[in-house]
Amino acid sequence: MSSVLDSKIPSGPVADKWSKHKRDSKLINPKNKRKYTVIVVGSGLAGSSAAASLSELGYKVKCFCFQDSPRRAHSIAAQGGINGAKNYQNDGDSVHRLFYDTVKGGDFRAREANVHRLAEVSVNIIDQCVAQGVPFAREYGGALANRSFGGAQVSRTFYARGQTGQQLLLGAYSALNKEISGGGVQMYSRCEMVELVIVNGHAKGIITRDLVTGKIEAHAADCVLLCTGGYGNVFYLSTNAMGCNVTSTWRAHKKGAFFANPCYTQIHPTCIPVSGDYQSKLTLMSESLRNDGRVWAPKKQGDNRPPSQIPEDERDYYLERKYPSFGNLAPRDISSRAAKEACDEGRGVGPGGRGVYLDFEESIKQFGQKTIAERYGNLFDMYERITGENAYQQPMRIYPAVHYTMGGLWVDYNLMSNLPGLHVLGEANFSDHGSNRLGASALMQGLADGYFVIPTTIANYLVGEKPGSVTTANPEFAKALEDVSARTKRFLNIKGKRTVESFHRELGLLVWDKCGMARSREGLTEALKKIPELREEFWNNVTVPGSGEALNQELEKAGRVADFLEFAELLCQDALDREESCGGHFRVEHQFEDGEARRNDEKFAYVAAWEYTGDLARPNLHKEELKFEEVHLAVRSYK
Amino acid sequence: MTAVTASLFRFYDSSIGKKILIALTGTILVGFLLGHLVGNLLIFAGRDAINEYGHFLQTAGHGMLVWIARVVIFGSIILHAVLTIQVTRRNRASREQKYGKEHTQVASKSSRMMIVSGLTILAFFIYHILHFTARKFNDYDTYKTLLDGHEVHDVYRMVIAGFSWFPAAAFYIIAMVLLCSHLSHGVASMFQTLGLGTDKTRPLFEKLGKAYALFILVGNCSIPIAIYCFNYPR
Amino acid sequence: MSLLNLHLKVWRQTSANAAGRFQDIEAKEIPDHASFLEMMDIVNQRLIEKGEEPIAFDHDCREGICGSCSMVINGRPHGPEKSTTTCQLHMRKFRTGDTIFVEPFRAKSFPVVRDLVVDRGAFDRIQRAGGFVTVRTGSAIDANALPIGKETADAAMDAAECIGCGACVAACKNASAMLFVSAKAGQLNLLPQGKPEKTRRTLGMVRAMDAEGFGNCTNQYECEAACPKEISVDWISKLNRDFIWSAVTEKEVSTGGGGE
Repeated sequence: MSSVLDSKIPSGPVADKWSKHKRDSKLINPKNKRKYTVIVVGSGLAGSSAAASLSELGYKVKCFCFQDSPRRAHSIAAQGGINGAKNYQNDGDSVHRLFYDTVKGGDFRAREANVHRLAEVSVNIIDQCVAQGVPFAREYGGALANRSFGGAQVSRTFYARGQTGQQLLLGAYSALNKEISGGGVQMYSRCEMVELVIVNGHAKGIITRDLVTGKIEAHAADCVLLCTGGYGNVFYLSTNAMGCNVTSTWRAHKKGAFFANPCYTQIHPTCIPVSGDYQSKLTLMSESLRNDGRVWAPKKQGDNRPPSQIPEDERDYYLERKYPSFGNLAPRDISSRAAKEACDEGRGVGPGGRGVYLDFEESIKQFGQKTIAERYGNLFDMYERITGENAYQQPMRIYPAVHYTMGGLWVDYNLMSNLPGLHVLGEANFSDHGSNRLGASALMQGLADGYFVIPTTIANYLVGEKPGSVTTANPEFAKALEDVSARTKRFLNIKGKRTVESFHRELGLLVWDKCGMARSREGLTEALKKIPELREEFWNNVTVPGSGEALNQELEKAGRVADFLEFAELLCQDALDREESCGGHFRVEHQFEDGEARRNDEKFAYVAAWEYTGDLARPNLHKEELKFEEVHLAVRSYK
Repeated sequence: MTAVTASLFRFYDSSIGKKILIALTGTILVGFLLGHLVGNLLIFAGRDAINEYGHFLQTAGHGMLVWIARVVIFGSIILHAVLTIQVTRRNRASREQKYGKEHTQVASKSSRMMIVSGLTILAFFIYHILHFTARKFNDYDTYKTLLDGHEVHDVYRMVIAGFSWFPAAAFYIIAMVLLCSHLSHGVASMFQTLGLGTDKTRPLFEKLGKAYALFILVGNCSIPIAIYCFNYPR
Repeated sequence: MSLLNLHLKVWRQTSANAAGRFQDIEAKEIPDHASFLEMMDIVNQRLIEKGEEPIAFDHDCREGICGSCSMVINGRPHGPEKSTTTCQLHMRKFRTGDTIFVEPFRAKSFPVVRDLVVDRGAFDRIQRAGGFVTVRTGSAIDANALPIGKETADAAMDAAECIGCGACVAACKNASAMLFVSAKAGQLNLLPQGKPEKTRRTLGMVRAMDAEGFGNCTNQYECEAACPKEISVDWISKLNRDFIWSAVTEKEVSTGGGGE
C-alpha cells in the first residue's frame, strides 16, 4: 500500500464514525468564514447544494456552470427517485440496511465508512428537500409515498413523478437562488472551467472561459470544489447530456489529483436501443419500469416474429429464470449483462438485433391500463415519441447504455483529493458506489455531499489556511492563462479535415466495443494501441471553425473531446490492470462457469488511484486497501 | 407619500395590477352595456315607455344619479382605454424582431384585435355621446313631448330620427360588431384576470362571454335595423 | 426507415447586436427516425466539412427535461408536436419536400446570443426574487411531520413540471412570461412550506418579471398550447389571485422584491 493515500477515516465502529468525525472536525468562527472564498464548479445536485449550504454558513462562494442556467445541470434528468432510510413503510428498512445494500450492491469495492455516512444523512436529505417544497409523491392521507427500486427488497425510494432529478435539482437551485439573491453566492453561467491552478501544491483557483464572449479569466479562492459529474460521454453514446464532460476532473488529474477506479462504469439496463448512426444520445427509461414490466427475449435465435406472435413457452424471461428472488429487479450490472448475453446468443430483437423486450402485458391485465398509465404514462409517451411505437400494445424494446460512472477523483473522508484544497463531490468523486451504483443512490450521494458532508468537512482544510492569501496576481495564474490561450489557439489553427464530432464518435465506438459491458485483455490492449493513434490524428487533422472570441460550440466540444481522448487511455489501463470482474467492470477472463462475475478479493480489494506522471502511457498506481469490518466480503448473489 | 398611496401606485405600476384595473373597469362597462341595452329596447314598447325611462334617468336622485353614473362610466372608459393603450404599447415593445413565420394555435381573432376593436368603440362612443347625449351638431334638443302633463325630452323621436340617417345607422352597426368581438374575448378574459379561471370554470366563462357578446350585438343592432331597414315604427 | 429532403430557412445572427437573416439550407437524406436536433447535427457536420460555421443552438440533455433547446420551428416553439420539446421531436413528423423555418425564441427579454441561442437569464433573475422557500440546510423538520394531501401535492407537481425552457414567452403574442412565473410562484404558494413567504414571493417575482421587460398576459393561452409540459393557465389565474391578496396584505414598503 502506498503511503501517499491517507483516507482519514475516523476510528471506531462504522456506525459512530460520522458522529465522531463531526465532533472532532474543526470549526471556523462566523466572522472569519466571511473571509474565505470557495469556488464551486458545477451546479448540479452536488454543486448547487454545496454552494447554497456553504453560503448559508457565511463563506463567500463563486459558482460556475457551462449551461445557460444552473437549473439545467444534468442531475435534472434523473427519473426514478432518491433513497432515504426513513422506514416510513414499516418494511424493516434502516440506516444499516441501506448501508448494507449499498456496499453489497457496489460489489464490495466501496469505502464502508463513506457509505455508512451516506446512509445516515439520507434521512436528512428527504427532510431538507420536502422543506424546500419538492413535490414528492404522497398518499391520500398526506404522508410521503415510496416505491421499491432495483437492488433492494424494501421500499425506500422517494419520487416525484418520473422526474425526481428535476425536482431535487430545482430544490437545490432554489436554495442557490436564495443565496445568490442574498449576495453570498456569485453565479457564473455559460462559463466553463478549463484549468485548475495550483499554488505551492494547493488548489487555489481556476481558469474559465466565458462561453459567450470567449474571455479567458482567472479566479482565485481559498479552496476549490469540483462538482462536475461523470465521464460517461467518453463512450459518445450514453444517457448523459451532450455537454457532460471530463474536463474539470481530467485537468485536475493532470495537475496531480489521483483518478480512482475509472474502469467502474455503469451500464443502465433499460434504455431505448440505438436506431442509426446519426444517433446523438441514448434515452433512459426509468428502471422503475422493471417493477411492473417483465424482461424477456425469444428462446429461438433469429426469431423475428412480432412479439405478440411469440407464444408464452417460446419466451425466455431470463431475469426471472436466473435470479428468482430478485427477478426483474436484479441490479443494473447483472441485468445489463444478461441482456447482452441474450443478444450475443443471437436472440436480440429489433433493428440490428441489439434489444430485448420489456413487457407490460401482464401488469396491464392485472392492474388495468389506467393504473399503468398513472404510474408510467410519461415514460410510455416518451417511448412513443422516440420510437413511434405504442408500448401499451406491444412490449418496449430496451438495451443497456452507459449511464453513470462510479470512478472519479480520489477523495479522503473529508471529500478532499490528494491535492490539498481540491474537494470533489457527487459523481465526480469515486467514493460511495464501489464498482456498481444502486438505483436512486446518485441523487442521494450528490445531495449528501453538498448539503451535509462538505459544510462540515471543509473547515478541516480551511482552518489551516490564511484567507485570501492567494490572489490572481500570483504568477501561477498568469502561466495557466497563457497555457489556456495557447491551447485555444492551437485548436483553431489545426484547420484539418475532420470534425470534432467524428473523432468523438470514433473514440466512443472504440471504447464501447473494447471497454464496455464486457472487457478482455486482448480488446483492451488493442484499444490502448488505437487511442493514442486517434489522439494524434485529432491534433493533426481536426477542424474547428470560427474564432475564440465569441460563442463557439465547436471550440467547446474540441476542448472536451481532447480531454476524453486522453482520459480514455487511463480508463482502459485501469480496466486492464484490474484482473477481476466486479460490478460494472466485467472481464471475460474472470467469470464463473455460469457466466457470473468472479471477484478477486485477495488481490483486488483496493481502490486504484492513478497518478499522472507526464506520460499518458505510464500512469503511476497507488492502492488504498479496502477494509470490510461491518459487511463481510461475500460473493454477491441475487439468485 | 403614505404607505397606502405608495402601495396603490405600485399596484398601478405593475403588469398584473394594470390588468386587474382593466378587468374591473371592464366589469363596470359590461354591466353598463346590459343596463343600456335593456333601457334602449324600451323603444319597442312605444314612445311613452322610453321617454318615461329617459325622464327617470334624468331626474333620479334629484338629477344626481345620472351624473354619478356618468362619472363612473366615463372614468371607467378613460381608465380602461389609457391602461389598455399602455399595456398594448408594452406588449408590442416586448418583441422587437417579429417571427419570419407566424403561427397561431389557439388565440382567437377577436383576442388579437382588442386594441383595434377597442379604439374603434372608443371613437364610436365619443360620436355616440355627441349624437344622443350632448346632442351637438343636430337639433335633437328641440325635440320635446308631454309625459303625464310634463314637458320632457322626446327620446323616441330622437332615436328614430338618428337612425333614419344611413351613415349613423351604419357606423352604429359596425361599432356593435366590433363591440361584440371585443366582448367575446373580454368578458371571459375578465374572469381569468380577476383570478376566477380554473379548468372547470374557464370553458363556462368563455361560453358566457360569447353569449353575452352576441346578446349585446343582436339587441343593440335590432334598433337601427328596425328603424332603417324596416321603417319602424310604421 | 426512409430519408427526407428538406428545405431549411435558418436564422443566422453572429452576435446580439449584429443584424440577422434567414439562410437557405438544403438538408438532404435525413433519416426519419432522427430527432430534430440530430437533423441539425447532420446539417452542421456538413457545414463544417464545407468550411462554413455551424448553426449555434442550445441543447443538452436531449430527453426533454433540461429545457435548453429553444427553437421556433415553423412559427411554433419546439415545433408541431404537442407537449414535446425540440430534442424529442422526430423527423417522422415531417414530409420530404417540406420547407422548415427555424428561428430563435423571439422576445426583447431573451436577447439573441448567436443564431438560435438566446439569453434566458431573465428567468433566473425572476426566481432569485422570491422563487424559493427560505429554509437553511439542516433546519428542516421530519418530512412526514407536515402532511400534505395528495391533491395538493399533485397540483404542486403539475406546476413543478415546468422545465424553464421559455416556450411560453416565445409563443405568447405579447412575449409575456406569466405562465412561467405563475407556475414557479404557484407551486410554492400552494404548498404549506411556501405559505409564510407567499406575499413577499408573489410581489417580488412579479416585480422582477416586470423589470425584465416581458409583455402582459392577455389571456390568449398560446403559452399553454405551446408548453411542452402542458402547464395549465390555471396557474396564471392563481397568480392573479395571489397578487391581489399580496398587494392588499403587503405590510412594509419594500424597495423591490425579495432580492438583488
